[in-house]
Amino acid sequence: MTTSTSVVKQKGIDDGPAMPARVVKGVVLLICCAVVIVPFIGVISTSIASQEHVTNSGGFVLWPDALNLDSYKTIFNGGVVQRALMVSFVITLGGTLISLAGSTMLAYGLSRSGSFGQRPILLIVLFSILFSPGLIPNYLVVKEFGLLDSLLALILPTAISGFNVIVLRSFFMGIPDSVLDSARIDGAGDFRIFWSIVLPLSRAVLAVVGLFYAVGYWNAFFNAMLYINDTAKWPLQLVLRTYVINNTELSAGDLGGASADQLPPQESIQMAILVVSLVPILIVYPFLQRHFAKGMLTGAVKG
Amino acid sequence: MALPGLVLLLAFHYLPLLGNLIAFQEYLPFVPLGRSAWVGLDNFAVIFNGDAEFLNALKNTLLITIVQVIFVFPAPIALALLLNSLLSERIKRVVQSVLYLPHFLSWVIVIAIFQQILGGSGLINNFLREHGMGTIDFLGNPDGFIALLTSQVIWKDTGWGTILFLAALTQIDPGLYEAARVDGASRWRQLWHVTVPGIRGLIILLLILRLGDSLTVGFEQIILQQNLVGRPASEVLDTYVYNNGVLAGQWGVSAAVGLVKGLIGVALVIGANKVAHIFGEAGVYKK
Repeated sequence: MTTSTSVVKQKGIDDGPAMPARVVKGVVLLICCAVVIVPFIGVISTSIASQEHVTNSGGFVLWPDALNLDSYKTIFNGGVVQRALMVSFVITLGGTLISLAGSTMLAYGLSRSGSFGQRPILLIVLFSILFSPGLIPNYLVVKEFGLLDSLLALILPTAISGFNVIVLRSFFMGIPDSVLDSARIDGAGDFRIFWSIVLPLSRAVLAVVGLFYAVGYWNAFFNAMLYINDTAKWPLQLVLRTYVINNTELSAGDLGGASADQLPPQESIQMAILVVSLVPILIVYPFLQRHFAKGMLTGAVKG
Repeated sequence: MALPGLVLLLAFHYLPLLGNLIAFQEYLPFVPLGRSAWVGLDNFAVIFNGDAEFLNALKNTLLITIVQVIFVFPAPIALALLLNSLLSERIKRVVQSVLYLPHFLSWVIVIAIFQQILGGSGLINNFLREHGMGTIDFLGNPDGFIALLTSQVIWKDTGWGTILFLAALTQIDPGLYEAARVDGASRWRQLWHVTVPGIRGLIILLLILRLGDSLTVGFEQIILQQNLVGRPASEVLDTYVYNNGVLAGQWGVSAAVGLVKGLIGVALVIGANKVAHIFGEAGVYKK
C-alpha cells in the first residue's frame, strides 16, 4: 500500500513533457553540489601539494601535483596545533559524556507520567529553548563560579540543550510502561531500570543526540574566545581563528621548534590545520546523516 | 534522577536571568555582584536617547534581517521543491548528503574556506589577476558585507533547511495531485494549488520563529570578520554588547541593551503567534 501511494505521488509531480525540465534540474543540482564540494577539494589539495606548486599558484591550489605531507608533519611536531587538538578532544569527549548523562536522566524523569514535579520541570526545559539570558549575564555567571580559564567553562554552560532533552523525552515516552513495570516487579530500582532497560533500548537516539552534542563541543568557538585567555588551553577553533582567519604567521616556535628555513608555505600549514579540524566531522558525518532526519522529526512532531 | 540535568539548566540558563539585574546597576567587575550601586534606568538611557553607535548597530541588525528573510528564507523551500520533484531516490539521497554537510562545520571553518576562495590571494582573485582583470575586494568591502554574510549563510544552511520541508511534502495526500490532474491542472498549477498550500503551515511557523530571532543575526560569523570591514558596516546588537561590554567594560549599558533585545524577541514571537491565530494558522503553540 505504501509503495503504491508513493508511486502515484511521484507520478503526480513528475509526468508531462519532462526532458528539458529534467536537464535544467540536473544542471542546477550539479552546480549546488559543486559549490559545496570544490572548496573542500581545494583545501585538501593545498595542504598536500608541493611547496613550489603552492607558491607558484599564489597560495591556493585546486588540484595537487603531488602528495606532500610536510605540512602535517610540521603541525604534529608538538606545537600549538597539537596542544589545541588535545584540548578539543578532551572537551568534546568529556562534554558529550556529561551532556548525555544529564540530558538522558532529565528526559527520562520527564517521560514517566506522574513523576515528581513533572509539569513545572517540563516548562522550565521548554522555556529555556525560547529565551536566552544574554551574553553579559552568562559571562558573569561563569565568572562568579570561578570557571574563567577552565575547560569546564566550555562544557557546563552548554551541557544541557533543551531541544535535545525534548527529543530524548519523546523517544523514552515510546517505551511501554509494561516493560518497566515488569522489571520493577522483579525488584529493579529506578536507576537499574534506567541503566539496564531504557538506555539499551534507546541506542539509536542516544547516538544521534550524542553526536549532536559532540559536534557542538568540537565547533564551539565563541565561548572559548570569551572564557579562555590562557593560550595553552585554546581549543582548535581558536587556533584556526588566530592563524588562518586572522592570518597570523605560524613561527617555528609555535610549531614545536621546527627549523625556520624548512617550514612549508604558510598556506599549506594553514590548510593542514583546517583539514585537521574538519576530519572528525567528516568521520562522524555518515553516522549522523543516517539517523538525524528521523531523530529530529520524532522530537519535533511529538514534542 | 532528573536533578543533575535540572541543576545545570538552572545554573547556566536561569541564574543568568538574575544577572540581568546589572542592567539596573553601576556594575564594576571587581566589586561583588550584590554591592554595586543601583542606578535605575540610567543604563537604558543609551537606548532611549538614541546613542549613535547603538542606532547604527540597530540599523545594521534590521537591514541584515530583512535581506536574509528575502534571500535566505526561501532558499531551502525552493531546494526542497526541486529535490522533491526528482524521480530517482538515489540521486536525491546523494544530493542531500552533500548539501547537508556544511551545516556541521563551525563558523570558523566556513569563513576560513570562504577566505580561500574570495580572499586577496584566493581562487577567484588569482583567476582574475591571471587574466588581467584586476582584483575584487570581497572580504573588506563595507558595501558588500551584507551580501557576503548572506551568501555564507546560504552556503552553510540551505541544504539542512530542506529537512523539515521535505518531511512536510511527504505528508501531502497524493490523491490531491490525482484530482488536480483529472481537472487538467498543469505541473505548475499543481505546484501552486496543491504543494504550496500543503506546506503553508510550516512556512508560517518558521517565519514566526525567524521573527523572534530578528534581532539576533550571525554573531560568531560577524565577530570573526569584523576586523576586515570595520565596525560601522558590521556592528549588530550582539557585537555591540560584546564590544562595549566585555571588551570596553561598559557592563551595565551592554546588559541593558541585551535585555531589551531579548524581551523584544520574545514579544515578537508572541505577537506573531497571535497574528497567525487570527489568520487561522496553528503557529508555534496553541492558545
